[in-house]
Amino acid sequence: MSEEVPVLVLSGITKTFGNVIANNAVTLEVRRGEIVGLLGENGAGKTTLMNVLFGLYRADEGTILVEGKQIHVTSTADAISLGIGMVQQHSHAVERHTVLDNLLLGLPGSNGLLDKTSALQRLKEIGDAYGLRLDPARPVHTLAVGERQRLDIIRALFRRARVLILDEPTSVLTPQEVEGLFSALRALKADGVGIIFISHKLNEVRAITDRVVVMRRGEVVAGVDNDDTVTNLSLATMMCGHEPERVVRVPHQIGDPRLVARGIELDSHGSQSPLPINLTIHSGEILGIAGVSGNGQVALAEAIAGVKLPRHGSVSIDGVSIDNPSPAVMQKAGLAFIPEDRIGAGFVGPMALKDNMVLSRFSDAPFSRKGWINWKNILDFANMQIAEYDIRPPDPRMPVGLMSGGNQQKAIVARELAFEPRVLIIAQPTRGLDVSAIAFVHRSLMRLRDSGCAIMLISDDLDEIFQLSDRVAVMYENSVVWETPIETATVSTVGLAMNGSLPTQDAAA
Amino acid sequence: MNIIDIGFFAAAVRLAIPLLLGTLSELTSERSGTLNLGIEGMMLAGALAGFSTAAATGSLWLGVLAAIATGAAIGAIMAVLVLILRLDQTVTGLGVSMTATGLVFYSYRLAFTETGTPPSITPFSTIAIPYLSEIPFLGPVFFNQYALTYIAYLMVPALAFFLYRTPAGLALRSVGENPQAAAAAGVNPIRVRFLALLFAGALAGLAGAYLNLAAFGSFTFGIVAGRGWICLALVVLGRWNPFACAAAALLFGAVDAFQLRLQTSGSVDLPYQLFLALPYAATLVAMIFNGRRTAGPAALMQPYDAERR
Repeated sequence: MSEEVPVLVLSGITKTFGNVIANNAVTLEVRRGEIVGLLGENGAGKTTLMNVLFGLYRADEGTILVEGKQIHVTSTADAISLGIGMVQQHSHAVERHTVLDNLLLGLPGSNGLLDKTSALQRLKEIGDAYGLRLDPARPVHTLAVGERQRLDIIRALFRRARVLILDEPTSVLTPQEVEGLFSALRALKADGVGIIFISHKLNEVRAITDRVVVMRRGEVVAGVDNDDTVTNLSLATMMCGHEPERVVRVPHQIGDPRLVARGIELDSHGSQSPLPINLTIHSGEILGIAGVSGNGQVALAEAIAGVKLPRHGSVSIDGVSIDNPSPAVMQKAGLAFIPEDRIGAGFVGPMALKDNMVLSRFSDAPFSRKGWINWKNILDFANMQIAEYDIRPPDPRMPVGLMSGGNQQKAIVARELAFEPRVLIIAQPTRGLDVSAIAFVHRSLMRLRDSGCAIMLISDDLDEIFQLSDRVAVMYENSVVWETPIETATVSTVGLAMNGSLPTQDAAA
Repeated sequence: MNIIDIGFFAAAVRLAIPLLLGTLSELTSERSGTLNLGIEGMMLAGALAGFSTAAATGSLWLGVLAAIATGAAIGAIMAVLVLILRLDQTVTGLGVSMTATGLVFYSYRLAFTETGTPPSITPFSTIAIPYLSEIPFLGPVFFNQYALTYIAYLMVPALAFFLYRTPAGLALRSVGENPQAAAAAGVNPIRVRFLALLFAGALAGLAGAYLNLAAFGSFTFGIVAGRGWICLALVVLGRWNPFACAAAALLFGAVDAFQLRLQTSGSVDLPYQLFLALPYAATLVAMIFNGRRTAGPAALMQPYDAERR
């Protein structure tokens, strides 16, 4: 057993982009039936390494061995035919095609024709063996995120993958779906598939992996067996190189109602028409909105922020009701909105950072006077924010689209917080950020809360919800199905509500 | 003279065939994600290549082959520009069309120096298909046509079969919807789009050849007369489906035949230019009523760059 040839060996992989060394002599080994956790902060080189393995990048140096044989991966097609499967963070599937067509894509077929019969047979086998089931006739755009991920895994298995790479597979799943994924992974492991599990979620890494490899600044800095000695703290310390800061919620004074939303009705989703939503957020309070993405969180945020008005409903801030809501009116009323799609809705990507920093306020003093823009004040303001929030690179003329996700998020938080909002709606504030950037954003939110702002925190990440919120509301099919103080919520009750299992607020109360 | 008779329907089919071939050409490239605005130039170049080859060799079929090769060659140029160099598809396509048009006029002057009566060839004659051509109405309309017409008929189910039943067809449709997904499944999007443009060029060349080797028997500068552009609209009207596109092409062939008849019948006293404009006006009307509800391939006009994701 100990002499068995590993299913995958990456050795001495070096990959540079210009002057940046993304991978420096990285060595990684995966044995048959082993789940290896790959950890590291953003920019540590995990994704680059996996892209090299999957044939998306070509390594400058180093060798790859699959089952003892050296391979040359020059394209994705090579990687697939060599038995390497990848489940990417963002599912790459053809939306308009059916599940079956997506599975058939890239397969050779038989006698020049698409071989649907044997594909259906294989789909059934995979369903029986690993509990991974999907309706082959459904178009992909009708699938929920978790189902799309299942499609990606099934697709890899269709190609008889011996090594399966999962890049942040749980970030889009409910706790129950995570359990389903884990049991499928265990079944695959029992069949001898080697699995690389990339995640920021340390609890999950500890729950599922056999061994953990940690990368920092392009190098492998640690590799440990996942046993009792491994803790979240020890893993996080290995990742950052020092003990990480974790923002902890401290009890504080909650004030009067600030944001009151009454009878907000979103468009229907699924079979039932959604219930009207009533929410109150007090001064100095964080209301966490939990839910699987796509259950109306975005619509609710946009409804309150005046971006896209709901069919019915009203909003008031500090007791003043807002009659004709629009983004500009809501902003005047003291509401700041940080959408989840930073580049799409929060910034103009190709424009310079300094211009983006005043995107919604360039016509107000001191950035404009009598219809003329004061470029110097804008530049000063941008430089001040860059210094205060440690935005990198510290270049106000940098197009925002070229900055890293973490720095974009810092910039947008800096922008919205600079104007001391009374109400903040923030969606997925730390999605895709690393430990240090997360701590920074969390600290900023806590400081804002302490200053009396009412915050609506929309997040897929339950840890984040539990870490920051004073109350939690769960959305399912465009309704708020459950709301409770954080002290009385648990991961499992919230998870159930995310699946719609708690029918109404009244029934749960 | 009665405007709507069997002769009218036969003419409608005759005039629909170049639109049909052009529409299938455009459908193929668009399904792979490339908007081919070079089609107008490809058709014209195919027409001239087919005509001059046929005039020089005396063989119509060599003319057809030359037209196909010329169209494919322009398709290859277009492919290099938009797929390899990733130039803007709209501007490049227009540029390819205009360049091809200019070159066609220039080569025509070089090849046929005498002015006066335009040179002409003996075009394909019609072939009546045994039995089928004897079916009342349908026979004379559909089955007493040119050999190229029968090839065009067969292209419709053949293309549909290719797109929906073969792995290569699935790859082509997927590349036009989401090239990243196709690449992740092991398909090379650039290769697929390249081949699609080659095929589209070949079909467009064939459409051009049909115009003078079958329909008209002579080459004039205005022989294509915007038919390539109409094909762009017909693809939208036919919702990127070969059969629906064929129906759309037939409908427009009928409009074209109708305006020709109106011109010659003299029964309506209007300037003939108005009749000439009829197919184009009909295109706009059809787009207003039908074009808004359709959605094309999701990755249409998006260049694919493997390094950027």
